[in-house]
Amino acid sequence: MSNLLSIQGLTKVYSSTPALYNVDLEIGSGHIIGLLGPNGSGKTTIIKIICGLLQPTAGKVLVDGHEVGVESKKIISYLPDHTYLNDNMTIHETILYFMDFYEDFDADRAYAMLEKLNINPDAKMKTLSKGTKEKVQLILVMSRRARLYILDEPIAGVDPAARDYILNTIISNYDPEATIIISTHLISDVENVLDDVIFLQNGQIALHSSVDDIRQNEGKSVDALFREVYRCLEN
Amino acid sequence: MSWNLDNDRPIFVQIVEHLQCDIVSGVYAPGQKIPSVRELATEASVNPNTMQRALSELERDGLMHSERTSGRFITEDITMIDKLKEELATKRIEDFLKQMERLGLSPREIKDLIAKKVKE
Repeated sequence: MSNLLSIQGLTKVYSSTPALYNVDLEIGSGHIIGLLGPNGSGKTTIIKIICGLLQPTAGKVLVDGHEVGVESKKIISYLPDHTYLNDNMTIHETILYFMDFYEDFDADRAYAMLEKLNINPDAKMKTLSKGTKEKVQLILVMSRRARLYILDEPIAGVDPAARDYILNTIISNYDPEATIIISTHLISDVENVLDDVIFLQNGQIALHSSVDDIRQNEGKSVDALFREVYRCLEN
Repeated sequence: MSWNLDNDRPIFVQIVEHLQCDIVSGVYAPGQKIPSVRELATEASVNPNTMQRALSELERDGLMHSERTSGRFITEDITMIDKLKEELATKRIEDFLKQMERLGLSPREIKDLIAKKVKE
């Protein structure tokens, strides 16, 4: 059987600048993976290709054996790095909208999480603070019963207390059969919840390892290793 | 992070140590059912797979056992728990003695200082 996510020789060139170059990657079910890299390393490009929002220049992406398309989108729940929800809808209306769009959307789960985070479903999106809006978006994305969750910078705009909330939301709603890919540069905040980390550098994979292997072998946190690796490569 | 984990040692090792402490100190009584993997992972703010691996390790050591449908339980073997308690305490005392040695204290001085502190 093929892996949940299988990427071969993936290359993306913007005009003449390569954003991804010949990336091979295999990811199985039941993992939480950190996609880490400095700005411009190709994180968002690889995510957008997996989600079908960008066409690769070369290479192949299979999601649970399906090429990127209608079938792959059914099993991927994607949190983009920007807001895309309609400001004039209430949270409740947004939930109805998601129920129409995704057959795996679990409204009970969404309402339960909103209640836990003290968010009023009757509030209009535009009245929410930036952090609350991010929480709502994450709740919507995590309320799908998807196989692959892809979260692009899910905690960037929220305060540290809310980050803990969000990470706990991710852990407590995590289905052991599903895989979550989290792209971020706030490594120290997330490294305890990750199984594996992938370091991207100039559009290529510089390292793919488990968090505990890094700590065991290097005697330092992933965050410390990241700072070291990228300082070296820049010289 | 509610479990206060160091960021330079494997998380798995630290979870095992934390649970061992909870067992010997009686946070979880012998024979008591422990929370689910998901609950424990949420409490510790760690990856559920890492929590699962730590629990399996403790099961291999005999400190816990799982029953197919009803969950995971602490061992009722009090001798085993007492033995672990002694091992953990011995390890900490050895570490402590090494530090005192580095401060240049003789065994006699260490003993006197401890006796004084315990009395307080």
